[in-house]
Order: sequence, then structure tokens, then C-alpha cells
Amino acid sequence: MNDFSYTQAATAKEATGRLKDQPQAAYIAGGTTLLDLMKAGLAEPPLLVDITRLPFKGIEQTKNGLRIGALENMNAVGEHPLVVQQYPAVSQSLLLAASPQLRNMASIGGNILQRTRCGYFRDAAFPCNKRVPGSGCPALTGDNHNLAILGVSDACIANAYPGDLSVALAAFDAVLTLENAKGKERQVPVTEFYLLPGTTPQKENVLEAGELIVAVTIPTAAHAQRSTYLKVRERASYAYALASAAVGLDVQGGTIRSARVALGGVGAQPWRSREAEQVLTGAPATEATFKAAATAALQGARPREHNAYKVELAQNTLVRALQQVAGA
Amino acid sequence: MNSEPAFFETPPQTVAVGQPLSRVDGRAKVTGAAKYSAEFNHLPGLVHAVIKTSDVAKGRVTGFDSSAAQREPGVLAIFTHQNLPKPVLTGETKEGKEAIGPSIQMTFMPLQSDQVFYAGQPVAIVVADTLEHAQHAAAKLRVTVTPEAPVASYQDAKAQLFNPGGKPDADAEGTKRRGKAAAAFAAAPAQVTATYTHATNHHNPMEPSATIAHWEAADRLTVYDATQGVSWQQRALSGFLGLPMEQVRVITKYLGGGFGCKGPIWPHSVLTALTAKAVGRPVKLVLTRPQMFTSVGHREDQEQTLRLGATKEGKLLALLHEKTSTTSQWDDYAETNSKFMGMLYQCPNFEAITKLAKANVMTPTWMRAPGEAPGSFALESSLDDLAYQLGIDPIQIRLLNHADKDPSTGQPWSSKSLKQCYQRGAALFGWSKRNPKNGLTRDGKYLVGWGMATATYPVNNSQGNARVRLYADGHAVVQVAATDLGTGTYTVITQVAADCLGIAPDKVRFELGDSVLPTTNISGGSMGAGTFSSSVYTASQDLWQKLTKMAVVDAKSPLFKAKPTEVEVVKGRLQLKANPGKGEDFAALMKRGNLTDLEGFGQGHYGAGYESAQARPAANSKSDDAGKEDHSGHAMHSFGAHFCEVRVDPELGTVRVTKWVSVVAGGRILNPKTARSQVIGGATMGIGAALMEQAVRDPHLARYTNPNLADYHVPVNADIPDMTVEFIDEHDPYINALGVKGIGEIAIVGTAAAVGNAIFHATGRRLRDLPITPDKVLAAMRQPV
Ligand SMILES: Cc1cc2nc3c(=O)[nH]c(=O)nc-3n(C[C@H](O)[C@H](O)[C@H](O)COP(=O)(O)OP(=O)(O)OC[C@H]3O[C@@H](n4cnc5c(N)ncnc54)[C@H](O)[C@@H]3O)c2cc1C
Ligand code: SF4
Repeated sequence: MNDFSYTQAATAKEATGRLKDQPQAAYIAGGTTLLDLMKAGLAEPPLLVDITRLPFKGIEQTKNGLRIGALENMNAVGEHPLVVQQYPAVSQSLLLAASPQLRNMASIGGNILQRTRCGYFRDAAFPCNKRVPGSGCPALTGDNHNLAILGVSDACIANAYPGDLSVALAAFDAVLTLENAKGKERQVPVTEFYLLPGTTPQKENVLEAGELIVAVTIPTAAHAQRSTYLKVRERASYAYALASAAVGLDVQGGTIRSARVALGGVGAQPWRSREAEQVLTGAPATEATFKAAATAALQGARPREHNAYKVELAQNTLVRALQQVAGA
Repeated sequence: MNSEPAFFETPPQTVAVGQPLSRVDGRAKVTGAAKYSAEFNHLPGLVHAVIKTSDVAKGRVTGFDSSAAQREPGVLAIFTHQNLPKPVLTGETKEGKEAIGPSIQMTFMPLQSDQVFYAGQPVAIVVADTLEHAQHAAAKLRVTVTPEAPVASYQDAKAQLFNPGGKPDADAEGTKRRGKAAAAFAAAPAQVTATYTHATNHHNPMEPSATIAHWEAADRLTVYDATQGVSWQQRALSGFLGLPMEQVRVITKYLGGGFGCKGPIWPHSVLTALTAKAVGRPVKLVLTRPQMFTSVGHREDQEQTLRLGATKEGKLLALLHEKTSTTSQWDDYAETNSKFMGMLYQCPNFEAITKLAKANVMTPTWMRAPGEAPGSFALESSLDDLAYQLGIDPIQIRLLNHADKDPSTGQPWSSKSLKQCYQRGAALFGWSKRNPKNGLTRDGKYLVGWGMATATYPVNNSQGNARVRLYADGHAVVQVAATDLGTGTYTVITQVAADCLGIAPDKVRFELGDSVLPTTNISGGSMGAGTFSSSVYTASQDLWQKLTKMAVVDAKSPLFKAKPTEVEVVKGRLQLKANPGKGEDFAALMKRGNLTDLEGFGQGHYGAGYESAQARPAANSKSDDAGKEDHSGHAMHSFGAHFCEVRVDPELGTVRVTKWVSVVAGGRILNPKTARSQVIGGATMGIGAALMEQAVRDPHLARYTNPNLADYHVPVNADIPDMTVEFIDEHDPYINALGVKGIGEIAIVGTAAAVGNAIFHATGRRLRDLPITPDKVLAAMRQPV
């Protein structure tokens, strides 16, 4: 780890100001992602700006939906009655993640910005296009067991976001509130926040230098209330998803009025599947429909030697999640 | 001789032994008072070393740029192969091997030349005043290695397979034969042929390996080392450094697990000693978790092809085993799976062949039940196949092939309670309710299945010394240079000593983990409890002999003029066997003789056929080649049976163990509480190997891609159900003084097979590649039954 200085910011202005002065500096919230990267020599910020005192707190109902401060911790949000009742999938995505200790430390903003678990990325001894653009991607012909099959490119097949929360956020049309150095706020839907790797896998999201995640707002909706997050992994707990599905359905009289589907563990980014939603919407809530939706969701999959199983696994995960929500 | 009291005339009286005493070191551990090897920070001038390792798996070091690293604050020295002082001997020579002794595992010593043979090989050492300074400078140090294409494993297209048999130094067996296996197999009415693979597994004890080397004088070294055997480590370091053993002291007061990886001497311990000498200060080195994947060995990736031939009734006629595995460039090491294959069941025709491929990896090493653990997965899965093929209950087929004698030697067993293990396990599990057909039990989305497997582990022979000092005030200090891996050695030997001395456990202080104490074997190969308990027993006998001799010549003693052979000791009281009323307490005798305390010394043997072993001491041999050299004419093993229930999700591919029963016959159980912990720990580790553990090496770069505990998965609480563990009461008169068989390893043996057999029962699909992860279950579910 390199030498770094540390400062606490009391306001967003102070925090963004620090980063303007020193563009290599980094914000630190819970530190559960950043410190790991620093210890591995993958991030070397000369200055850490602690943002945990910023007023990005609170879980409250607004006219646009439920607004969650970016500095709330994962457990607090996952266990909050409003989240549990109105967005079961969001609650589950948080509580099925990491470990209780990590969830107590980890912030919502930090969660959204966690980095890939691709073993080649995490070890500077390997080449990796995401870490060192142009150095190559050994995962293409190497250990790609856990990596993505949707939205991947020849430059990178990592699930840039390996976690759970953003999958649920993507499904339910959540919108991030960002604030830049000028104190200007903008709203970015989670589905537009992450970038596909293309030829620039090092660029993972639309966050500008120094920009802060202030909050995330999830619109109220019937399909969000009737939702679930299903996470599949070989270990019963404390593991990233091999595949996961955040789904929500509004079913009336056996017909699906509206549907939301996002997949985790399989996409280069949290994978909202409008293809699946299209199949579901207006169709009867039956297994045949769910299977057709699953086929549609994985249509564009580009599997490799060790992650080909994810096509079927993601389909089955999606079908199972839909069945659970439909009560079938 | 006649006047000497005979050893083992009376079985040791058990008061504390057999009780579920809580750990005597528990309080020290939970309060943080227990000092682990990396925590001896009081040494004056202690500095920190960090190892810089090679990124690439093969090549040559062509340059260093240390200019930036040198400028970092606190840096004291940077060592490379160009300036690190050389060890006096290494394991690369015969002379070195002999001097270093049985703990040499990897004969290669890094930092002797510019050659790189494996990713993670040390290429430099940075020493600084603080750990952070050392780490930072190590990160700034640039080492250029010109890479060459490595061989990643036996599966690599470049790998060359060879049979290591006949090579004098091979640690692997070549070919083993009994009868005419190939012909018998060809003629057998029932046949099962199958290939199994086992991923590379790492021990990953909670405590990483650590060494603090302190040269107390130019020729006197004290080392605080995380080792499973301080006496072995002492000998090894004395060999490497060319010092008399007496001038090397090794201390390991507490160990946070080892599972075998802290048994051998590894380069980092030697390098720390060399570094400390070079900088003239005590040096501390702690391996990082990623370094734990490339510094202390691993269970090798391997493939086993097994052919079973049997009668229509299920009696084995032939067993042919072929194993292929990966080893390092220098050492022909492979776990000896064949030992287990050849002894578990009655089978007249047997053949085992081992093949190796040299790859760019470090030398693998013993990991909990080396050979037995992967071997049992193959054999117990294939036997399960045979049972289904012939429509026989899995327990029945095992009873049918029960070996009444050791098939590999023809010797009778010293004791064997395997049938009782099956019986008791089946009763506890409810096996009689099993549906004989597979794939038929559903619970909602889940397929439910039951499986079982046999476990066994040899009594490897070993020996060691102990000293007991009994004070007239009723306290005692008992000393053995043993180590407690965290398994309960402190506790169980306290119990043994209490009974041997006739005092309460809280009056005994058991000291271990220091090579100045009486030399003994490592805690490994399930040898610890048996060796240490029998040494303490013989040391206590020595003490009682001395006291008896004192009493019979003491005119004031009620035993005056008695023959020593007529005297017995019961709970610390010396008395006449014929007239127990006549006698006295040791305290009275000692006080009269003006003795504040008295010492006894003893040498204990384990598994050497105890009584005859006194005439011919056992070799202080490595666990791998020991076990069969028994002097009482008996084959010695512990046995057991595991029963497992799984729930398989056929669409998602997940497997969860939902019920578990282990029944073990391991001789005398010194403490049922610590013994139960050993068994649930072993079974949990086995479930890990079955369902999730795998270290992945990149197939082109031969470097691990998941060397951390977030990505290398071991079971968490949620993976393990409440386990039922029972022991069969066994009295084994041949093993050692107390009839103790080891239980450290047996619990992992057969575990993966029990899981795999349960999956087969649940799904009708046989999964033969460990770990059985969801991708493999899904692929299997696509296959027709
Ligand atoms: C062992 C382990 C297992 C895990 N398992 C899971 C899992 O199963 N599922 C899952 O979803 N996650 C998992 N995680 C990831 C975990 O959820 C994240 O590490 C955590 O949410 C990050 O939050 P933090 O507050 O600690 O972020 P930090 O480490 O403090 O920050 C992470 C990054 O975000 C930036 N940042 C933080 N907050 C803001 C903000 N408000 N505005 C702008 N930038 C910001 C920081 O500069 C930094 O670059 C796991 C992590 C570990 C270590
Ligand atoms: S998949 Fe992406 S992150 Fe992984 S090695 Fe390739 S470029 Fe790097």
C-alpha cells in the first residue's frame, strides 16, 4: 500500500473540492472495496476523503418513490420496513450479500461502485485490459468460470459489477442522484449508469471525476412490491452470485400486467432484460411464459469454455424467480 | 529385572481421561493472552521482512531495480539471490536431506539462483523497521523476469507423464501389485470403471505461516515459528544452517491450525533465519494469504481411474487403480492413494500405478489424510456404483467385502470396530428407511438423497519423549515438545497426565511447543495424541518406579521391605497389591525423603506394536512411509462411517448437506468434546472438498487466479447442518499405553464420497469431478439417467 493522507469532509462541497484539487484522491465510505484494492496495489490514491459525515442519509418516501441516502449501510437499508414491504427484491439483494460484518460497514454508494472479482483484474501480476488497457485479457481462454456472458466484448468478459444491489435497482428503474464539483445535481437511471466494456473496459460507468453518488430513488410500483431476488451460488452464504435474478410482476387475473427483470452474475453490467419483460407483459403467468422469457433474456449470450453453464443456470434462475413471485 | 515393576501390568486408571473437559487453553485464547508465533514482538530491535515473489511461473531473473525501494523510509536491506547469504546445506543434496531430516518436503530452495520455477517463488526479501515500510518498499522494488512458457498441470499438453517407481528419492509409489488384477478384472462378471478428478486444494489454516528468527548469539538461534513440530523444525533448521541442534531453539506455543501445511520445513522459515543473521536483528516474517497458496504446499490436482471387478453377489475380485497428478520440478511427490486402496476391502487381486507430471508449481504436500481423502472418494464412489448395479444396499456390499485381516499385509488387525460403526451410524441416521431406488425422493423443488461411505486412517508409527515433575505439594509440570494445532492437545494431555499421576487436571500444568522440552514427533499423521499420551504414561511409570524404590528402602514407610513388584500405585497412593490398606501417599513419602519434587522421563511409542516396540524402537519416520512397519504383528487402523443427506436443486445445480452422522472407532477417546470437534472439523473440510474447494491455476500462465478466501471457498456455517458424532468404545492393547488411535484425519476420509453417493441417490447421476459445483450438477442433469 502506498502512503496516503486522510481527511474528513463535512459537506459535499468540501469533498468535491478536495478531489478537484487532487484528482488522484478517492472518496472512502465503508472502505470494504477500496481498502482491498489499495492493499492489492490496484488503487493508489494519495489522499482519502472520508465522506461518511456527509448528509447522504435517510430512507424516506418521496413523490418519486423511496429515496435512500448513498451513505446508509447495506444492513440498515436491507432491514428497513419500507424496503422490506415495498421492494422485497431490493431488501433481499442486500441481505443475501457479503457477510453481516461487511454489510454493517458497506454503504449503498460504495456497493454500486464495487469492482469486478475477476481474478486477473485483482492480481497485478496478470495482464488485464480493464486494469492496464491494451495488456490483454487472459480470462478469454483462462479461468472464466465466474465471468459474464452478456454484454461482453473481446476486450473484457468480466462482470464489472459482481454484486447484487444494482441488479435489483436496475430491475426497478431506480435513479441515482449525482452531485458534481459545481454542486450541480443530475439524475441517472441505474440502467444507464454502467457502461459496457466494448474496447474500453477500464471505463465502467458515467460518473465524472469527483462526482458523488448522493442517493438512489426507487419508484413505487406494483411490480416492485411483488418482487424477489434469487441468488445462486455453490456456497450457502458469503459468496457472489454465479447467477441471480431480480424480478417483479404485477399479475391480475392470471395475466401479467407489468414485469421487471434483471440478471446478476451473467452480465458485463447489471443486466436489465427488456426482452424478457416484453415476453412477460400481457402474457399468462405460466411456466411456458416464464421459460420463453428466460430464453429471450439469454438470447445474446456469448459463453466461453468455463462459463457456458451460465446460460442454462441464468435461465433456470429466472424461471424459478418468476415462479416464486407469481406464486406458482 | 525381576524386581522392576512391569510396565502396563495394570491399565491406566481413568478419572479425567474420557471426560469432556473444556479446553484448558480456552480462556487464554478468547482473552488474547495466548501468543501465536507472529506475536512475540518484545524482541529488542525486531524488524520486518516481506517476501517479493515472482509474477511468472517460469523464467530467469534478469534484473532488479531497487533504487526506488532503497529510498523508502525505514528500509534496512534488500536481499536477492545475488546477496542473500547461502544456507550451509539444502535439501538438494543427499547430505542436506539427511541433516534436515523428515521434514524436508520441497528440496528446492529459492533465492539461490536466477531461475524461476513457479509463480509465487520468492525472488527478493525486503527488510524494514515496520511491516508497512517493508511492504511498501517491496511494492516499489522492480524485479525483471524473462518469462518462458510454463507447464501448468498434468493436463497441460506439454506435460510429460512418468512413473516415479524405483526412483530412490521418490516420495510417491510407482507400481504396487498383488495377485493378477488385470486378468481377474477381465473375467469378473460385474465391472465398474470410472475416472475421478480432484481439484488442487489448499490447507488455508486460519493462522498464516509466520517466523520470527532471533540470533541470540552468532551461533545460537531462537525461532518462533508456526510449525506443527518444534523438534522437527529444530532439526531441519540446524541442518540448513549447519548448527548443532542444541544451538537451535524453536518455539510454537499456539498454532492456528495446520492441516499438514505446517508439518514440513518450507523456504520462508530458512530465509527468515538467513535474513536475521544478515541484518543482525531479530526478523519477523508473516506470509500473506495469497502467499499461503504458493509457500506451504497444497493437495495436488489429480485424476484417478479405478476399475472394480466383482462377483454377481458383489464380492470384489479385482481392484485396479491408476493415479495421475501434478508435482514440482524437483520432487516426485504424490499422495499415496494406493495404500488405502489396497487395504480397505478384502480383494485378492490388486494393482496400483502412480503417474506424475512435472509442472511449474511448488511441491505439493500432506494435507489432512493425504491419499486417503481423495482415494476414498474414488473407491467409495465406485463401490456405491457396484452396489446399485447389483441391487445391494451400500452397507451390505461393504459388509460383504469386509476385510477381517489387512489385505495388504495379511496381518490381523490390532482392533477393528468397523461393523459397529456401520450399525450405529445406520441406526442414528435412520438408514433402514432408505428408498433403495435413486432419484425418487422429492421435497418440493429438491431431490433428496442419502449416501454413506467408509472411513479409515492408519496408525502411523512414531515415538517421542516426555518428562513429568511431580511436586510433593500435589502439583505437577508435564513437558513434551509437542504442538497443539488448536485441536486440544493441551487439554487431552493434561487429562492423561492427571490420571497417570493420580491428581486433578487443575493441578497439572502441561507445557509444550518448545524444542528445549523433551523431543517428540510432529502433530501430524494423526500421531500426536497417541505419541504424547504414551510418553507421558511411560514418564509417569518411571516416576512411580523411583518412588516405589524409595519406599521399599525407607524404614518409615509402610512399604518398607516390600518387593517393588508387589507395589501398585492407585490415584497417587503407593500400596501393596495384596493388601491395599498397607501403603502411603506419594506426598508423605516425598516429604519424609526431603524431596520437594521428583522427575520421571519416558519414551512413548505409537503404533509400533507397543509391547514389542520396547525391544526395538520404531523409526522416527515420515508419516507417508510409516504405518506398516509394525512390530507386534498387527495392522493398525482407525475406522469409521459417514452418513449424509443432501438436497439437490436439479434446476439450479446447488447441493446442500442437510443431515450428517459420523461414527468413528478410534481407540480410547481421551476427551469426547475435543474429539467431536475434530470429527466435525474433518467432515466439514471434506464437505468443502466435495462441494466447493478448488484453487484454480491459469492453464497458460500457471498462476493461481483465486488465492484469497473470498474466491477460494471453504464451507461457512450455513453449509453445515448440526452434525451427529459418536465413537465406538474400543480397547486396543497393541497401539500404545492408553490404546489411543488418532482421530485428526479419519473424519475427512470418505466424506466427499458420502456426499457424492447422496447426490447419486438423489439424482441418479454420478458426479466424479471434485468439487461438485452447480455447473457440473446442471451438466449431469442434462444426461439421461
Ligand atoms: C468478501 C466480500 C464479499 C462481498 N460479497 C458481496 C456480495 O455478495 N454482494 C454484493 O453486492 N457485494 C458484496 N461485496 C461488496 C460490498 O458490498 C462492497 O464492498 C461495499 O458495498 C462497498 O461499500 P463501501 O462503503 O465499503 O465502499 P468503499 O470501499 O468505501 O468505496 C468503494 C468505491 O466507491 C467510491 N464511493 C463510495 N461511496 C461513494 C459515493 N457516495 N459517491 C461517489 N463515490 C463513492 C469510493 O471512492 C470507492 O472507489 C463483498 C465485499 C467483500 C469484501
Ligand atoms: S475479463 Fe476483464 S477484468 Fe478480467 S482479465 Fe479480462 S479484461 Fe481484465
